[in-house]
Amino acid sequence: MLPKAKLWLALTIAALTSMLSTSLQAAWDLNMPQGVTQISRETYDLHMQILWWCVAIGVVVFGVMLWSIINHRKSKGAVPATFHESTKVEIVWTVIPFIILILMAIPATRVLTEAYDASESELDIQITGYQWRWEYRYLRDDMNEEEVSFFSNMSTSREEINNQLPKQETYLLDVDNPLVIPINKKVRFLLTSNDVIHAWWVPDFAVKKDAIPGFINEMWTIVEEPGVYRGQCAELCGIDHGFMPIVVHALPQDEYDAWYAGQQEQAAAARAAANNTITMDDALAQGEEIYNRTCVACHQAGGTGLAPAFPALAGSSVVTGDLTDNIDLILNGVPGTAMAAYNRMLSPVELASIVTYIRNSFGNSTGDLVQPADVNALLQEAQ
Amino acid sequence: MKQAKQNNTKRLVTRLLFTVVGMFGFGFAMVPLYDVICDITGLNGKTGDQVVSVQPKENAQQSDRQITVQFLAQNAAGMDWEFSANDAQVKVQPGEVKVVSYHAANPNSYAMVGQAIPSVAPNEAAQYLKKLECFCFQEQPLEAGETVDMGIRFFIDESIPEHITKLTLSYSLFDITKSSSSATAVTQR
Amino acid sequence: MSAAHDDHHHGPAKGISRWLFTTNHKDIGSLYLWFSFAMFLLGGTFAMVIRAELFQPGLQLVDPNFFNQMTTMHGLIMVFGAVMPAFVGLANWMIPMMIGAPDMALPRMNNWSFWILPFAFAMLSSTLLMESGAPNFGWTFYAPLSTTYAPSSVTFFIFAVHIMGASSIMGAINIIATVLNMRAPGMTLMKMPLFVWTWLITAYLLIAVMPVLAGVVTMMLFDIHFGTSFFNAAGGGDPVLFQHVFWFFGHPEVYIMILPAFGVVSAIIPTFARKRLFGYDSMVYATASIAFLSFIVWAHHMFTVGMPIAGELFFMYATMLIAVPTGVKVFNWVATMFRGSMTFETPMLFAIAFVVLFTMGGFTGLMLAITPADFQYHDTYFVVAHFHYVLVPGAVFSIMAAAYYWLPKWTGYMYDERLGKLHFWLSFIGVNVLFFPQHFLGLAGMPRRIPDYALQFADFNWISSIGGFLFGASQLILLFVVIKCIKGGKKATDQVWEGAQGLEWTVASPAPYHTFATPPDPKLIHDQ
Ligand SMILES: [Cu+2]
Repeated sequence: MLPKAKLWLALTIAALTSMLSTSLQAAWDLNMPQGVTQISRETYDLHMQILWWCVAIGVVVFGVMLWSIINHRKSKGAVPATFHESTKVEIVWTVIPFIILILMAIPATRVLTEAYDASESELDIQITGYQWRWEYRYLRDDMNEEEVSFFSNMSTSREEINNQLPKQETYLLDVDNPLVIPINKKVRFLLTSNDVIHAWWVPDFAVKKDAIPGFINEMWTIVEEPGVYRGQCAELCGIDHGFMPIVVHALPQDEYDAWYAGQQEQAAAARAAANNTITMDDALAQGEEIYNRTCVACHQAGGTGLAPAFPALAGSSVVTGDLTDNIDLILNGVPGTAMAAYNRMLSPVELASIVTYIRNSFGNSTGDLVQPADVNALLQEAQ
Repeated sequence: MKQAKQNNTKRLVTRLLFTVVGMFGFGFAMVPLYDVICDITGLNGKTGDQVVSVQPKENAQQSDRQITVQFLAQNAAGMDWEFSANDAQVKVQPGEVKVVSYHAANPNSYAMVGQAIPSVAPNEAAQYLKKLECFCFQEQPLEAGETVDMGIRFFIDESIPEHITKLTLSYSLFDITKSSSSATAVTQR
Repeated sequence: MSAAHDDHHHGPAKGISRWLFTTNHKDIGSLYLWFSFAMFLLGGTFAMVIRAELFQPGLQLVDPNFFNQMTTMHGLIMVFGAVMPAFVGLANWMIPMMIGAPDMALPRMNNWSFWILPFAFAMLSSTLLMESGAPNFGWTFYAPLSTTYAPSSVTFFIFAVHIMGASSIMGAINIIATVLNMRAPGMTLMKMPLFVWTWLITAYLLIAVMPVLAGVVTMMLFDIHFGTSFFNAAGGGDPVLFQHVFWFFGHPEVYIMILPAFGVVSAIIPTFARKRLFGYDSMVYATASIAFLSFIVWAHHMFTVGMPIAGELFFMYATMLIAVPTGVKVFNWVATMFRGSMTFETPMLFAIAFVVLFTMGGFTGLMLAITPADFQYHDTYFVVAHFHYVLVPGAVFSIMAAAYYWLPKWTGYMYDERLGKLHFWLSFIGVNVLFFPQHFLGLAGMPRRIPDYALQFADFNWISSIGGFLFGASQLILLFVVIKCIKGGKKATDQVWEGAQGLEWTVASPAPYHTFATPPDPKLIHDQ
C-alpha cells in the first residue's frame, strides 16, 4: 500500500471511530424490536416473513438482470435476440406473484383481527394528547373513588437539547410522570386529543394509533415482562412534536396496586393541601422546580422568553401587574398561543408556588405570596 | 380535415373541463358521502347528532345480556369549564332505556357557549347506541358562574353484536362562543 | 392553411419575449425543465438544511419551527415544483415529436400553464420571509394543524396550491388533446411509444385528482376564513375526513409522479439493449391497472386513524394487489435486457439503477401495505426511506436518464460521457448512503418529521446526512454537464444512439424549431 493511501485509511478510520463513540449506546439496531407482547412478536414475525419473500423475489429478479448485464453486453459480442412478447410468460408472472400475495395476506389478516379485539379489558386508561404532552387518566368504576390522572411531560432539559449539557442515555425519551400499568393484564387505551392530531406509539407493544380531537379511538395491550418501555408521538403535531415522548412502566400486579394506592393518596392529599398555607421559601423552592420543568422551554432560563412567540417574564406587565389577572392567565392559558391552560395540569399548591416564583424572580419583585386557597378561590369562582 | 380536427379538440377539451368541474364537485360530495358511510358503518365512531326516530321495542326480549357503558368527558383546547360525567359507567340490557347525566360549570366571569361532541369506542358500536335525548343535540349557553346537569336518554339496540360487551361514550366539550348563534342571546339575557 | 399557421415557419423570436410569449412546444418544454431544475435545487437546499440539522443529536442550526417549515417546503417544492414540472417538460418536448405532431394541441394554453407556475412558487416561497413563517404542517397538511393551528401564511399556501393545480390541469388537458387528436397518420394507439401511453394515463389521473386537491384546500380556506366546519370537530366536522379527501388525491398523485418514469425507462432500456421492449401490450395494460387501482387504495396512508377492521382489510388487499401490475413491468424490463446487446451509457446506467432501486421501494411499499406491520412502520423513517426510494432513485433518476437520453436531440451535441458517468456513480452511491440507513432508523423506532432524536439513532443519521451532502453536491455536475452540452461538443447524429427507434430520432439533431409540420412518412412508424 502506498504511504499516502495508508495515511488516508488511518485518517478515515480515526474519523469513523470518533463519530461512533459519540453515541452512548452501541446502537446499530437494524430491525424492528420483537417487543414484549404477543401482538408485537406476531407483528415482528409477519414483518420478517414479508421481508424474506421480498429478498427472495429480489434475488431472482436482480439475479437474472445481473446475469444479463454481465453476459449480454455488446462488448462481449452479444447479438440481440428478437423475441419481444409471450402471453404465456406474462400469465406466469402475473399468477405467481398473486399466489405469493395470498400467502402474505392470510397471516396478515389473522394478526390484524387479533390486534383489533379490544374486548374483555381489565384496566381502561384514557390517553389525551396535548401540544406537547400526554395526559393519562385511569378510568374508575365508581365516581366516588379517588381519581388517578396526571400529565406526562418530557423531562429532558433544554440545556441538553441545546448542547450546553452532556446528553443522558435516555435523551428525549424521559418524562416526569410515566404511565404505569400492570403486566399480564389486558389494558385498554382510549385515545383522544385536546388540540391537533397526535399518535401514541410504543414500539415494544406494537401499538400505534392516532389521537384525534373530538373523537375517541381504542387499542389494547398485554405486556408480559416488567420493564420500562419508551416511545414517541408519531404524528406531526406542531413545533415540539419531537419532544413528547412516552414512557411506560410495566409492573407486577402487587407493585402496580401499591403504586395506584399511593397515587390515590397523593391525589387526596393534594386536594387537602389546597387549604393549607405555604411559606415564601417553600413557594419559591417549589416554584423554581416547576419553572425548570414546565415553563423554561418557552420562557427560557432567566425569564427572557424567545421573541416573538414566547414573551419574556422578566419585567413583564402581566407578571408584575394585577395578581388575579396573572393567576387567571396561568389557569386558563392564552387561546391561540403556545400558552396552555394549567388549571388541570398543576395542583393548587403548585400553581400558587409557580405564580409566587415568577413574581419574585428574574428581577421581578412584587413580594406577592400566593396561597393555594387563593388559586382555589379562582378555580371555583363559579360555585 | 384541419377543421374536423379542431372541432374534435374543442369537443374533447369541453368534455375534459366538465370532468374537472365534476371532480372538484366530487371532492365536496365526499363530505356528505363520508357522513352517510359513517352513519351506516360507524366508520369514525360518530354518533348521530339528532334524535333517533326509532324507539326500543315495547316488549323487548329480556335477555340477561349486560352491556357496560362507560362515560368520558374532556375539554378541547381553550375550554375551561368544569365538565364531567356524573356516573363512571352503567350496565344496561339491550333495549332498556337509561338516563344518565353530565355536569358542567362555567367558572368565568362572562357568559360562554359550549358544544359537546360525542364519540363512541369501539366505533362499530356507535350505530347501536341510540340517543333519544342528548345535551349534545344543542349548544349549551352558560352564564358566568352557572352550573348545570345535562341529561342523556339512550338505549342500546338489541341487534348489537354479541362480542361487544363494553362501549365507551365520550364527549369532547368545545368553546364555540365566537361562532355560536346563541352567543348574542346569552349576553343579552 | 390559415394565416396563423404561416408563422410556424419562422424561427424563434429574439430575447426575453421569445420565452414569455412562446407557444412552441420545444421552448415551453425547455422552460419547464429549467424551472423544475431550479426548484430541484431549491427543494434540495431545504433537504440539506434538514440533513445538516439531523447530522448530530441536539439542536444545532435551526429551531424546531423552522425545521418543520423546511420539511414542509421541501416536500411541496419537490413534488409540485421539481418532479411534476420535469415530466410535463419532457412531455412537451417529446410527445409531439414521438407521435409526429407539429406542436401541442393547445399552444396558447401551453404558454399559460407554464407561466403561472413561477408565480405559484414565488408566492409559496415568499412565506418563508413572512413574520408567521412558512407553512409548517408537513406537505400532507393534516387538519386541524393546517387550519385552526396554522400560521397565517397558510392562505398563501392555499392559493399557491390552487395555481399549481390549475397549471397541472391545463397541462394534462393539453397532453390528452395532443395524444388523442394530433397523431400522425398511421400512429395508432397501440403503436405509440410507451412514454406517450404512460403520459396519457397520467394526464387522466391529473384531471381526476387535481380538482380534488383544489377542493380540499378550498374547504380549508372556508374553515379558516369563513367559519365552516369541514374538518373541525366542534362544528360537527371531522379531521379524519380531511385525510380521506387528501389521500384520494394523494395516492393517485404518487402514480402521477411514477408512471411517466415507467415510460422513460421503457424507452431507454430497449435502446441500449438493442432489442425491442418485451411485452409492450402488457406494459400498457399494467399501467392502466395501476392507474385504476390507485383510486381504491388511498386509506393505506391512514391505517392508524382507527378505521373499522373491514376498511383496513379492504385497503390492505387492494394495496397488495398493486404489486402484481408493478411486478409485470419490472419483469418486462428485465426480459428486455435478457439476451440483448447492452451498452452502458449514462442514460442506461440511470435506467438500470431505476429498475433496481425503484423495485426496492416497491418491496418496502408491499411491506407497508401489511396493516399490522404498518402499525410499526407508520410515520417512521421507514416510510421516509420507502417513498424516497420510489421518488429519488425512482422518479428523479428517470428524469435524469431522460435528460441524458434526449439531450443530444435537444442541443445537437453529445454530452460529456465521462462527466455523465461520474454524476451517475456519485448520485447512485449518495442516494443509497442517504436513504438505505433510514430503513434501519425507522425500524428501530425513529419517528419522521422530528428535528432532534434519541441517541440510539445518532449513527445512522450522520451516515444518512453524509450521503445527503454527497447526493446534493453531485447534482451540480448535472448542471455543468447540461451547460457544457448546450455550448458545444461532439456533433450528435440524427439517430444519436445506435439502438434508438422512434420518430424523434428521424428528425435532425438539434431538433429544428418546427418538426413534423407535414406528417412523417407512415413507413417510419414501427410496431412497438
Ligand atoms: Cu404529538
